[in-house]
Amino acid sequence: MNDQSAAPRALTPEQARARRSRNIALAVSLGLLVVLFFAMTIVRLGGAAAVRY
Amino acid sequence: MSDVTIGYGADGAAEAAPGPSVSIATAGDFFALLKPRVISLVAFTGLAGLVAAPGAMNPIAAFTALLCIAVGAGASGALNMWYDADIDAVMTRTAARPIPSGRVAPGEALAFGLTLSVFSVAVMGVLVNWLSAGLLAFTIVFYAGVYTMWLKRRTPQNIVIGGLAGAMPPVIGWAAATGTVDLAPVLLVALIFLWTPPHFWALALYRSADYARAGVPMLPVTAGEAETRRQIVLYSVAMVACSLLPVAFGHAGAVYAAAAAIGGALFLWLAVAVYRAPGQNKVAMRLFGFSILYLFALFAAVILEASIGLAPLMAAS
Repeated sequence: MNDQSAAPRALTPEQARARRSRNIALAVSLGLLVVLFFAMTIVRLGGAAAVRY
Repeated sequence: MSDVTIGYGADGAAEAAPGPSVSIATAGDFFALLKPRVISLVAFTGLAGLVAAPGAMNPIAAFTALLCIAVGAGASGALNMWYDADIDAVMTRTAARPIPSGRVAPGEALAFGLTLSVFSVAVMGVLVNWLSAGLLAFTIVFYAGVYTMWLKRRTPQNIVIGGLAGAMPPVIGWAAATGTVDLAPVLLVALIFLWTPPHFWALALYRSADYARAGVPMLPVTAGEAETRRQIVLYSVAMVACSLLPVAFGHAGAVYAAAAAIGGALFLWLAVAVYRAPGQNKVAMRLFGFSILYLFALFAAVILEASIGLAPLMAAS
């Protein structure tokens, strides 16, 4: 691939807006999923979460 | 998603007009694929099964279970929209949906639906229990596979049999809370199962020309409006009788009994009005609108009685 072909094609404003909207939704969803898994881990561990071995 | 198809200009400069494969779908378009209004009813009936179940469930676990039910329902909605995009495009009611309107590519919808299906079932299994995950998986496969791909285009009994998918949430909620299945949530499943035909056929009466144009063999198209009106009354009678079973079996209290009796009487009155008013599809739409309110009211009664301890609601048999 030569250097000249490396420049990315520009998005139209509509495409850029749509991509940004999807990215934000995906980031928020992943963040909430992390929080959910953390919270459920604590719930399932229960009192054992505080036990130190 | 087609975001990965970043183009490169041959002259090294950024091109003003990228290739057509760059998606213009917003987060809102993907949200619309989930059929949010259907999700609200599914989540509500799932919540009823969950809170009516005996024993206490951790609120975070309950929230997780409800989220999985909602996402699983949404995923099957997305798969339905992917498969039925050709039908949706020729029906007035659905022509503006994300795929026929061109905002979401079919492949995007398929990937979205499959991903959410697998995710919702896996999360339910790992974080809640595998019985509820199995029931959720059955529901998704039944709706997307049995109803959408098999029955919908082949038989006027499509929404009768396919209605089982929409009826499952109470038993999934119950299974999430208890790890078992009991008679009480099965009665609620039966109620939604019998509610689905009059609910959908009321809409189909109003939209029969749309269904005929799309080639979907809904009952008004294949058997005529008169037979559809007759079947609406028959199913309404069966549904109202079924709605009283939780009271008869001692699973429900006075609030539910009152809601089922009054709501059922109004439902029957509207069903008979539809039967006696051929050609007046506004009456059918009135029944359609009321049927949603009816189901919400009955399940609100279930949730209310379970929440404030109006025994013996939904006590395990």
